[in-house]
Amino acid sequence: MLVAFTLLLGFQLAGEVIVGLTGWPLPGPVLGMLFLVAFLTVRGAVPDALDKLSAALLQHLLLLFVPAGVGVIVYAALLAREWFAVLVALFVSTIATIAVTGLVAQALLKRQARNTLVSPLPEGEG
Amino acid sequence: MSESFFHLWTYLAATPLLGLTLTLIAYMIGDAAYRASGRKPYVSPVLIAIIVLGTLLLATGTPYRTYFEGAQFVHFLLGPATVALGVPLWRNRHEVKRAALPILAGVAAGSITAVVSTVVIARALGASEQTVLSMAPKSVTTPIAMGIAEKLGGLPAIAAIMVLVTGVSGAMMGRYVLNAVGVRDWRARGLAVGTAAHGQGTAVALTANETAGVFASIALGLNGVLTALLVPLLLQLLR
Repeated sequence: MLVAFTLLLGFQLAGEVIVGLTGWPLPGPVLGMLFLVAFLTVRGAVPDALDKLSAALLQHLLLLFVPAGVGVIVYAALLAREWFAVLVALFVSTIATIAVTGLVAQALLKRQARNTLVSPLPEGEG
Repeated sequence: MSESFFHLWTYLAATPLLGLTLTLIAYMIGDAAYRASGRKPYVSPVLIAIIVLGTLLLATGTPYRTYFEGAQFVHFLLGPATVALGVPLWRNRHEVKRAALPILAGVAAGSITAVVSTVVIARALGASEQTVLSMAPKSVTTPIAMGIAEKLGGLPAIAAIMVLVTGVSGAMMGRYVLNAVGVRDWRARGLAVGTAAHGQGTAVALTANETAGVFASIALGLNGVLTALLVPLLLQLLR
């Protein structure tokens, strides 16, 4: 467990260092996630302790958003006069983004599935 | 009695222990409500915990900074948890590789939709330009959104609020929107909530289906990069 946690922190640290040095528009932890994928690719399997730790962390991922979220209530006064415009724009835009992304991705995934199904089909079947 | 309680509260509020314990309790209350509702997405454990804690802070006059001294230990785990998303991502690497093009196209379409619709609607409803610029990167994960907002001339603190509200609302509405428009593919569903609602969308997708969670975490990272690249360009066009 200790080794697994050190691994996660180490990859995060490596990500932060590289982002800090290069100025890439990417958060350190996201780059750390890619490093972990590379590490697992080299290793060929997920170590048992890392598997358990990541499952535990991801199971309660939502909890980790609470402390920053409480700040919203405290700073909400900053938006007192604009809250209507802000909320409408956020809600409508979020709905539109979910619908557009989902529909575009699903349409392309369907087309891809149709193409790969059609071409390698052996002769004389169907 | 009430005075000694007040003294005790001020003493405890100054230690990280209270903020940390209250955060866990408030989340457990939210999670219990979520389970009791039969896991309805609109019963958001995050939103309930935020309301419970916010009310408590306002009622006791405790500064947010004092609360955060304890809560930061929970907040800190967001980093390693994001790295841990690499485990399910690696497990599903073949499926991800096969879907590279739909992933890229879907997230790009979502990124553009998020920025353009936010800017156009907020301007039309009379939001100040500074607020509009702080809102533009609302669909990407907090550190990227704050960086983008700062570069544009918005306020990073306001950007962080927009990201959080977007995350809560996207996590609550995602399932209904996707059902309404007929998106049933778990990969596409994951991409949609990860693109629109970053980490919170990813968290909800993970609890629904592992494939959806994996695709959401890819969308979260990819949308951050795409939005950082696209926002200056889109704002130029929307001038």
